[in-house]
Amino acid sequence: MDVTVEPPLGMLAELTHRCPLHCPYCSNPVELAAKRDELTTAQWLEVIEAARDLGVLQVHLSGGEPLLRPDLPELVARASELGCYVNLVTSGLGLTESRLADLAERGLAHVQLSVQGADAARADRIAGAKAHARKVDTAAVVRAVGLPLSVNVVLHRANHDQVEELIDLAERMGADRLELANTQYYGWALRNRTALMPTPEQLAAAEPVVRAAIERLRGRMEIVYVVADYYERYPKPCMYGWGARQLTVAPNGDVLPCPAASVITTLDVENVKRRPLGEIWYESASFNAFRGEDWMRDPCRTCDRRALDFGGCRCQAFMLTGDASATDPVCSRSPDRSVVDGILAGEAETVASAGVPDFVMRAPTVTR
Amino acid sequence: MVKPRLRTGVRLTFDRVRDTHVLLFPEGVLVPNATAAAVLELCDGSNEVGEIADRLGARFRGVRVEDVAGVLARFEDRRVVEWT
Repeated sequence: MDVTVEPPLGMLAELTHRCPLHCPYCSNPVELAAKRDELTTAQWLEVIEAARDLGVLQVHLSGGEPLLRPDLPELVARASELGCYVNLVTSGLGLTESRLADLAERGLAHVQLSVQGADAARADRIAGAKAHARKVDTAAVVRAVGLPLSVNVVLHRANHDQVEELIDLAERMGADRLELANTQYYGWALRNRTALMPTPEQLAAAEPVVRAAIERLRGRMEIVYVVADYYERYPKPCMYGWGARQLTVAPNGDVLPCPAASVITTLDVENVKRRPLGEIWYESASFNAFRGEDWMRDPCRTCDRRALDFGGCRCQAFMLTGDASATDPVCSRSPDRSVVDGILAGEAETVASAGVPDFVMRAPTVTR
Repeated sequence: MVKPRLRTGVRLTFDRVRDTHVLLFPEGVLVPNATAAAVLELCDGSNEVGEIADRLGARFRGVRVEDVAGVLARFEDRRVVEWT
């Protein structure tokens, strides 16, 4: 079967893995890229130009903390003047009004601000840094500059009971959008899964609160709720299909079909320093590995849901079954669903017998 | 509340790669058809629906106010357009 490959709509540009926060659910890989491995300004400008030529319209400047790159204004300006919609995904630390006004002047379109909890004590404990009060100030700066604001919250066992307060906080911050995303277990989050996994009771309690808030705030603040997929019957439509809409460029220039894909050790990862971005998107083995449906096996191959969820997440399939072509094991039709049920039972048992473990906070790999 | 405009953060631009107008907004891309793009280009907060229909009528045949209003209502639902 021939697969029609469309141009990508979005690029997640992870400018750096350096970050002032230490969130234990960070989606960055456990082996963080060092500063000396980061692409140069000239290389990032080339990546942005190649991405626009390829069809990218949404550029998400992320990290780590993108504000730690002194060349951020230059990258924003180039992406914007080429016609891209430029999003800044930030912890908010270091985003002063003059700095943001300059970025807005250069074409920045939208700010996504991370929030760890509803109050400083809780949020700072999760972030591993004194950050919450500064984030509240940053939200005011975004409003003052007049850019649309999204507040991003990762939900887990240690803040799930604050869902209502988090919604109130986002409203007070003047957010246009609020993303309440249950933790997805990759990178640091996988390492901290026992401590992060919400209980079924927490999920059940949050659901009606979120549903009511979506109704109450309709037209004022859009709420996007991302479910906890381990507890679901069917997998998420991961990336809306492999190599279908978006690509990720890591700080060192690695190009990935999804931000977590470096966990698939069988994947031959390409790098912008060695191959043009357009060739990577259209021709590389890694981007073509799970396009279309030919790679699918049973039960996905003949499943009536395969066009809805594309077999779920390839990274999750690889991590939990050792086979990146397997059905995402969260799927109730997967022969490996018992693996996920076993994990949920095992995490609950560990917590019941030994208590909730401490977080392993995100930190750079120590090299001596 | 009679003059439509694009909401803050929404940008209408022409994508030469796809050879079409695109609407860009936080976390989203919409590809409006030619008629919708023509309507959106006039959504700058200075034209009422009737004026938009009149100006489009000069360019296209058979433009009706209710069609323009219908297009705008759909974009309002998608949080692309607001009224001033």
